[in-house]
Amino acid sequence: MADHAHKLEILRGLIKFKSNTQKIWGVLILLSIITTVEVVLGIMKPDWGRTPFLSMKLINWIFIILTIVKAYYITWDFMHMRDETKALRRMVVWTAVFLICYLIYILLQEGGYVFDVYDREYIKRDF
Amino acid sequence: MDNTVVSTETKGKTWGGGNQPLKASYGKMMMWFFIVSDALTFSGFLAAYGFSRFKFIDAWPIADEVFTHIPFYHEPAPMIYVAFMTFVLIMSSVTMVLAVDAGHELKKAKVTFYMFLTIIGGLIFVGSQAWEWATFIKGDYGAIQTKGGNILQFGEYVEKDGEQVFKRVALKDFAIAAEHTDRTQHERKNGIWFMSEGSLPSYTVEEVLHGLEANTDILVRTQLINEEGEKTVLSRSESVKQIKDNGKLVVEGANLHVNEYGTPLFADFFFFITGFHGFHVFSGVVINIIIFFNVIIGTYERRKNYEMVEKVGLYWHFVDLVWVFVFTFFYLV
Repeated sequence: MADHAHKLEILRGLIKFKSNTQKIWGVLILLSIITTVEVVLGIMKPDWGRTPFLSMKLINWIFIILTIVKAYYITWDFMHMRDETKALRRMVVWTAVFLICYLIYILLQEGGYVFDVYDREYIKRDF
Repeated sequence: MDNTVVSTETKGKTWGGGNQPLKASYGKMMMWFFIVSDALTFSGFLAAYGFSRFKFIDAWPIADEVFTHIPFYHEPAPMIYVAFMTFVLIMSSVTMVLAVDAGHELKKAKVTFYMFLTIIGGLIFVGSQAWEWATFIKGDYGAIQTKGGNILQFGEYVEKDGEQVFKRVALKDFAIAAEHTDRTQHERKNGIWFMSEGSLPSYTVEEVLHGLEANTDILVRTQLINEEGEKTVLSRSESVKQIKDNGKLVVEGANLHVNEYGTPLFADFFFFITGFHGFHVFSGVVINIIIFFNVIIGTYERRKNYEMVEKVGLYWHFVDLVWVFVFTFFYLV
């Protein structure tokens, strides 16, 4: 990859870096900020975080979204996915994302169902 | 005729070989595909964890109460140490990508230096993980397991900043050890050679019950999570009754069978997923060391190509990527 240049913009061109090294430190700062927000929210556990939203606590959605944002920057900038061809990018990302979403959907759906069975039906596991 | 000639030429261009539509080398592409498959393995584990958690959604241990330790610091401080570990891993990812970058510019000394820092970061992380495991296995308060396999923990209400807060009490602080009933652990050397038992808890259920009856402030806390997102605390009479009627086993710490923090599944998944990730970090460190020595002896300098550093870099970043998810699902959510 020495022959072709890195793409040096993040956040859709909102921040442009002068060199690749500078971009790496920029991304580190971004990741650190996100992690700090996560940790602070995790320690404080604000009351509004317990509001149910799409069958999970609101704060858990925030954590998951922040995690995916972090994963995006690790893959795109540290693993240089940003500089790969579109075909390679899609081969890797779409395959993984599709299969993982499918798996998570089935298993969580089933887990919730099993909980309901213990909760409402006449089956006991605690004697 | 012309048409035939033209199509043959196109054919030669597309299928004649030497074509690289993905503009990536074989090794790098294979590393990417390995990463996809490994990511699917990890998501299988994490999704299974999610399944179990949704199954016991009203009784899952609260991570903030489990991982509260920092080395050499004895006040409970949730999240801090694991945040430090996350930061170490992200930092080592940064040094790795700096090494890759220096490799593109064929600067051997810089690659060596950054690879070295990456290895150190990896070792700090694996060491922290081992320490975290040791603390988790040792446990801190102890609990009683019921006949149904639920965990009952102990604590008392104390005044803190004008508020009544529930403070956990360790078994050793209130259990009354009975005299003359010390039972020694049955080892193979003492009896029949093929029979032995695991290490005994420090107290029996009766001793804990006596302690509970003698200390009228102490209450029992169940696994069930209430409206405020906290574990349910039983009344005094109910506390004693629960231990008397259902108490079966004293649990200290966690292993694959019992877990003083709640359902044993939590401990099982914790050991399995962080263990599998820790194994990845460990093998990453080993691979990094091999590449580090290759850099030092100048293998890539002679090749005029540091792509090998880039490939192990991909693996190393992947390990960091997985940790980001493990961190979220084990410690935050």
